[in-house]
Amino acid sequence: MDFFTSLLNSMPGAAAQGLIWGIMAIGVYITYRILDVADLTVDGSLATGGAVCVVLTLNGVPAWLAVLAAVLAGLLAGLVTGLLHTACGIPAILAGILTQLALYSVNLRIMGYGTGGGKANLPVSVDKYQLVVSSRHVRTLGLKNPIFVLVIICIALVALLYWFFGTEIGCAIRATGANRNMSRAQGINTNVTTVLGLMISNGLVALAGALLSQYQGFSDINMGRGAIVIGLAAVIIGEVIFAKVFRNFALKLTAAIIGAIIYYVVIQFVLRLGLSTDDLKLLTALVVALFLTVPYWKGKYFTRPTVKKGGNNNA
Amino acid sequence: MLEIKNVYKTFNAGTVNEKVALNGLNLTLEDGDFCTVIGGNGAGKSTMLNAVAGVWPVDMGKIMIDGKDVTRLSEHQRAKYIGRVFQDPMMGTAATMGIDENLALAARRGSSRTLRSGITKKEHEEYYELLKTLDLGLEERMTSKVGLLSGGQRQAVTLLMATLKKPQLLLLDEHTAALDPKTAAKVLALSDKIVHENHLTTLMITHNMKDAIKYGNRLIMMYEGHIIYDVRGEEKASLQVKDLLARFEQVSDSEFANDRMLLS
Repeated sequence: MDFFTSLLNSMPGAAAQGLIWGIMAIGVYITYRILDVADLTVDGSLATGGAVCVVLTLNGVPAWLAVLAAVLAGLLAGLVTGLLHTACGIPAILAGILTQLALYSVNLRIMGYGTGGGKANLPVSVDKYQLVVSSRHVRTLGLKNPIFVLVIICIALVALLYWFFGTEIGCAIRATGANRNMSRAQGINTNVTTVLGLMISNGLVALAGALLSQYQGFSDINMGRGAIVIGLAAVIIGEVIFAKVFRNFALKLTAAIIGAIIYYVVIQFVLRLGLSTDDLKLLTALVVALFLTVPYWKGKYFTRPTVKKGGNNNA
Repeated sequence: MLEIKNVYKTFNAGTVNEKVALNGLNLTLEDGDFCTVIGGNGAGKSTMLNAVAGVWPVDMGKIMIDGKDVTRLSEHQRAKYIGRVFQDPMMGTAATMGIDENLALAARRGSSRTLRSGITKKEHEEYYELLKTLDLGLEERMTSKVGLLSGGQRQAVTLLMATLKKPQLLLLDEHTAALDPKTAAKVLALSDKIVHENHLTTLMITHNMKDAIKYGNRLIMMYEGHIIYDVRGEEKASLQVKDLLARFEQVSDSEFANDRMLLS
């Protein structure tokens, strides 16, 4: 009985964390699924978001403004990766790794600003500052509950992105991910769209980082470690479960958020079962590897040979 | 309409794989010319089209479209003037986007993309009528992903996309080569119809000599990166496949006799 009450007790926290990581997962979805680029900047930009947000809050900036500034910092990180990739011709995956590495130093610098030197961990107390979300209120009812705030933010984000990817620029970004040759032949500057996609993605990731730092009450230089894998896990879990029912773009984004929530619920579950937190990252990596392997093997070993020769008379 | 002046392009210069692909290429197309291009493998046909489209910069020479020097423009900048259909049916469309969305992308070729809607209601109606003209039933499945279409259907959609916004120049790079003969004939006939209705200046590469003779008002033959035979009007209309073969043998010491151009 204890097991279930403690599990139940941990659910609000899992939901809140899932929602925050869901925003991060949408960022990953934009690069990994829409733009067809594996972007590893996110491990760095998540921490950048947290660092900027906490430092500005500690320096007297209103929390919501600090969150906005964090988004800007994320956009900037995406811009750097984008330029390394397009203007400098570095493969996307390496460009992301370079930015991520550079951000480690940058993040230490940011967290040192006005706080007395490079700090690896920076607490921000919900008692002293008006934070947007805090785990303190996760079990209270009312407007202060982070779940409520986060659901609103997620709905607004999905609506905004749904609109954006329906515009001419948004369509151009989608086309770039679908077929770069065709995009250029249709007059799309694929360098610009790629940079734009990376910026939006990292802006969202930094937003998640900012909210996460407020929620947990501190920003940490290592808070983004392995973030890409958690984001991927959320995207893939969402796809596996909802692929058949969610075809609309807004619903696909929602699926990524729900995927993140499921991920955190499952994590809580296995932790209660006695898994050490030290092994969490190993478990996450295994889960993602498994989910990526299954569709591949399915296609490779379990496909019936179909006769697909000759002409199509309808063509 | 199109002027290619003394264009050179060498791939892998300075390595063992060095390949002179375009070797002092000169070509002038008049407004409304429908020019078919033939030549053996490695003659430089596709390279010529890619040079015009701006896939990479040329080593030397000048390319002008409608009097404008486009030599230094990048591929997406030149797209303003050029409609293209590729050999690979996968290459000309975005598989994960709808038929309607693909057409909407093409409708915005050459104009700046903004935060306006990517596809309007009015466009939907226009595309419905347009797809109807293909007679493939695609108008009833406009929102289907293009990836679900057959190769022939995709090439037909790509043709519409290339000509939706009337291009100054249409480049067809063996666009029926990957299709079965029956479908190829249909797509070719459609191409011919669209070119004539819109009076488009066109370069069409083909490996089929009969098609090269049958379509268009002009025919050029390429060999080792430049044009070795250029025939138009009456003279072209009276050409026979055997004349072309004779021409090949003459310039290339019958090297072409074994080429797959003979397949026709």
